[in-house]
Amino acid sequence: MEKIEAKDVNFYYGSFHALKGISMEIPQNKVVAFIGPSGCGKSTFLRLFNRMNDLIPGARLEGEICIDGKNIYAPGVQVDELRKEVGMVFQRPNPFPKSIFDNVAYGLRVNGIKDKSFIAHRVEEALMGAALWEEVKDKLNASAYALSGGQQQRLCIARAMAVSPSVLLMDEPASALDPISTAKVEELICELRNEVTIVIVTHNMQQASRVSDKTAFFYMGEMVEYDDTKVIFTNPHKEATQNYITGRFG
Amino acid sequence: MVKFVESELAQLRHEVDQMWTLVYNQMEQAREAVLNLDRTIAQQIIVRERRVDAFELKIDSDVEDFIALYTPVAVDLRFTLSMLKINSDLERIGDYADGIARFVRDCPVEALDKELIEKLEVKEMFAIVLRMLGDLQQALRDEDPVKATSVLSQDDQLDRINKASAGILAGYAAAHTDAIPFCLGFGGVFRKLERTGDHLTNIAEEIVFYIDAKVLKHNDSQQEDPARQA
Repeated sequence: MEKIEAKDVNFYYGSFHALKGISMEIPQNKVVAFIGPSGCGKSTFLRLFNRMNDLIPGARLEGEICIDGKNIYAPGVQVDELRKEVGMVFQRPNPFPKSIFDNVAYGLRVNGIKDKSFIAHRVEEALMGAALWEEVKDKLNASAYALSGGQQQRLCIARAMAVSPSVLLMDEPASALDPISTAKVEELICELRNEVTIVIVTHNMQQASRVSDKTAFFYMGEMVEYDDTKVIFTNPHKEATQNYITGRFG
Repeated sequence: MVKFVESELAQLRHEVDQMWTLVYNQMEQAREAVLNLDRTIAQQIIVRERRVDAFELKIDSDVEDFIALYTPVAVDLRFTLSMLKINSDLERIGDYADGIARFVRDCPVEALDKELIEKLEVKEMFAIVLRMLGDLQQALRDEDPVKATSVLSQDDQLDRINKASAGILAGYAAAHTDAIPFCLGFGGVFRKLERTGDHLTNIAEEIVFYIDAKVLKHNDSQQEDPARQA
């Protein structure tokens, strides 16, 4: 079953044509990686899935993006409701200046949940899901800033997962982390695929090949190739894809 | 970074090509040793076998380093895996040349029966093996999968000659009982050349895998080779 469907998507920053006629289907509970050189449009495309580009002056979208069959750009769609369904993790960990507990509880409280025992239960669940519980269970009231970079990033994943989204967007989630923290985030991605559909932007080819089921290669605003990750990394059909993943792009 | 990778790949390709030339020379010398029953050449082949073994280890190690350091993908990965397998096949062919040389060195007769040699087609068998070796080396140099698959049909001729040799040698041994030890040893030469053909078939398949990403292995129909269908 397709979780996300993009239909002939064109996106413009003013007069700049950033995404050109992209159509793709992202299956449910799969990890899909977007790869490509800087400026190719992969992050722009990712941010369309939870309408993060809406407030950019001069930005304009043509085409449709459907999640669970519903066009998320249709009139009447509530963006805050959409973002409950579609969580996001960024390149640099961005915890709030609050305690570890309050960071994870934030989304629940913003959504009007007041039941303290439910919140406590859900915070524990989310931290366990993000493989962070064992490391923080004795200091939940400590500042999130006291955590290491890798722990902060997993905290952000826990914060995103606390409101039970069905899609998780990750924009280079491990690019600022050391190899051990990167491995933990990658393990987490593999475990989270049972609960959510994950779309990840990465510049790390090995990361894309390790964690994703399908990979899309973008170049100059176009999606050049989209296939099973195994195919992309063993026998890509397009020469441009092969040149990029083997480092011969020039 | 790209230049690093390109130069590492070129170096690996060069090493395999050198190994190939070495093994080709070993087999060519093995032919001379057998046809002329030349024990001096045979001894030289046996000594040089150590170089073949050393080359195999060097290439294995270089492939291992390349995979560990550069994590190749797509065509680079296929090339690297193919070189690893071709290296192993070439080493086995080197072993067969060595085995043939040892037969010559220890051969219990002083001269070969020319009529028997003619009947056994041993000269033809060596010629086919050397032609396959040379054609495949050129196919890899030219990255030509068509040339690589064209050698596959020649393996059938090796199988045919090997099969016929058993009967011919048995008949000869029955008629010349004093030549039984020679016939038993000489039969081993045919089996080694037949096995060499099998390894060369593997090499052809590896070249096609590297260039076209097609797996011909264990495909009995060998549809890519029209000569086999004929």
